[in-house]
Amino acid sequence: MASLDPMDNRWRPWRLLAPALTAVFLLLVVPISFIIVYSFWLRTATGADIAGFHLDNWEEVLTDPFYRDIMVFTIWIAFATTVVCAVAGYIPAYFIATTQFKHKAFLLLLLMLPFWISYIIRTMSWINILGSSGIVNVALQWLGITDEPIQMLYNQWTVIVGLVHFLLPFMILNIYVSLYAIDRNLVDAARSLGCTGWQSFREVTLPLSVPGLAAGSLLCFVLAAGTYITPVVLGGPTDAMFANLVFDAIITQLNWPLGSALSLVLLILLGVLVAIYNRFAGLGQIAKSFG
Amino acid sequence: MTKMDDTKRYERLLERYGNGDLERRTFLGLIGAAAVTAGVTGLPIAKLSRQAMAATPDQVRFDGWGGVVSEAFREYAFKPYTAKTGIDVVDGTFGGADEYLARVKASQPGEYNIAHLSGVFDYVRYHGLELSSELNEANIPNLENVITALKDVLRNVTGGKLSAVPYDYGTTSLAYNRKYITDDQMKSDGVNLLIDEKYKGKIGGWGEWKTRIWYGALQTEQDPNDIQDMDAVWDAIRKHRDLSLKYWASGAELMSLLAEEEIYVTEGWSGRIKALQDQGHDIGYFDPPGGLGWQECLFVLKGSPMAACEELLNFMLEPEVAVAVAEGQNYPPALDPNKVELSAKVKGLPAFDPTGTLSGLNFFDPPYWNANEADWSKTFGRVQKGY
Repeated sequence: MASLDPMDNRWRPWRLLAPALTAVFLLLVVPISFIIVYSFWLRTATGADIAGFHLDNWEEVLTDPFYRDIMVFTIWIAFATTVVCAVAGYIPAYFIATTQFKHKAFLLLLLMLPFWISYIIRTMSWINILGSSGIVNVALQWLGITDEPIQMLYNQWTVIVGLVHFLLPFMILNIYVSLYAIDRNLVDAARSLGCTGWQSFREVTLPLSVPGLAAGSLLCFVLAAGTYITPVVLGGPTDAMFANLVFDAIITQLNWPLGSALSLVLLILLGVLVAIYNRFAGLGQIAKSFG
Repeated sequence: MTKMDDTKRYERLLERYGNGDLERRTFLGLIGAAAVTAGVTGLPIAKLSRQAMAATPDQVRFDGWGGVVSEAFREYAFKPYTAKTGIDVVDGTFGGADEYLARVKASQPGEYNIAHLSGVFDYVRYHGLELSSELNEANIPNLENVITALKDVLRNVTGGKLSAVPYDYGTTSLAYNRKYITDDQMKSDGVNLLIDEKYKGKIGGWGEWKTRIWYGALQTEQDPNDIQDMDAVWDAIRKHRDLSLKYWASGAELMSLLAEEEIYVTEGWSGRIKALQDQGHDIGYFDPPGGLGWQECLFVLKGSPMAACEELLNFMLEPEVAVAVAEGQNYPPALDPNKVELSAKVKGLPAFDPTGTLSGLNFFDPPYWNANEADWSKTFGRVQKGY
């Protein structure tokens, strides 16, 4: 029974939101606040930290071309991954959205199947596929196409392959949700007005699925840009991404202040990207794909 | 009373095992059964007695390198220790001492207790961060059997006292695939094979700054403990980087890269290469002049339950246990072969020094490397990534 007390009604949303707000505050706001404070500290030669307000870490991160170049490389890898995911993900999403197959839910379940296996294991599986004694090389030699193994692993392309493997389901789900919501009558109307199949796709289906494509692209880009494991497992000596710098600073060099500044730079960059997306497309589309 | 009975039973078993009256499998089976019995019947009583003795902990946390090393510890040391004392050993792993240090730094004192750390370098580093403890050596009688040189180098750091017991040693020398590189070629070219353009894309290396700099120094014909031309070393590291397929990050990855013939030559850890050889891979192992030796120690962190930790250390240094662990992990134990009879298998391990002096091995000079740690580790982070 709803309360008739206006004061009670005024606080009701806050009471309902309180658990979520508490979780966000404790698990997000507080840790990020710590990181912000840490980024202004300094590290001594012995590994101990000097508390205070020093801009040295920020100055180093923002002016040193080393960090800039790694950030550019990270953006390039994330961008390439996103493009490949978009192209490769649209086709299965379109198929699932338009198929008359009665067990559509089963197809969606198959899409989620890779998530049942650890991300690291999935990443390492590429070593058995693309390695010198992996399936591809064995097949190529058995078919007589090559005499000796082709070096396919440990470069930026295998990093992209590993990321696409990881992120493709996110893209497919987002596009699928968008395609599924399109009124089929619009496509039929386009066809009845003389559009070819390709024209109706280009003029009707594709534009209406752009929100899903954009939401999937945002997710893929953000997750790819923050990846650490994939370049470690599948990358070569010079294929480090920005998250690897954070790891190096915090773990190898025990320089938590610098690591904090680096992680905040990545957070800010991706945060700006999300804000831009939200301004033009809205984050609601991403929520739809997760039901 | 129960505890004393278990202890006596264990000692009798250990004696029979040591005399060769019991096979290892039987020994471990009986110890395991004792552990189960203690766990099932003794737990409530043990809990009560522990409440009465607040200084006795329920558990001791041990962190090591994982893989075959941790398996050996679990099988030959922790299970019998728990059976004897009723104290559980929480067995954690880390990928490197740096990673572990970051975890310790973020923890409360006493949360982490014993770590299987690398060599003197980490000992100095942890001591410098005020994480060291002071062992009561009277509680570790087996320490008497440890190679004196290994103890002395630690004592020098902590003012004559010990915060760790030396446990094993090994080398990081050159591993190569004999199908592509002959023994003679390795002997003549040595460390320069790691920067030989002929093997571009088939060279590997550990992505750890100290090892890279050590080998960079050897490639530029400098003393790694007294480098005069650091620029030349960085150039050698860059050259190695450009010719390398990959920097490996763990023993498992090292073994995989060599076994799958992704790389033909790299520096490698002696125990891991021995494991590969035992698996039938035709991998050679060569200690070049100036090759890198190291010792590992069992470091007790400040805030740990000292008596329980000292008892575990003493147990781990028990010759039977130390030899079993050494055979499991393929690294010679820190026990002095002049004081303790070691098995034939241990004597056949790479890097084993029958003299017990370790005078033939080259180690990091702690003050020199620790003084340069901040600068060199940061610069290596850049060089490693293409700068």
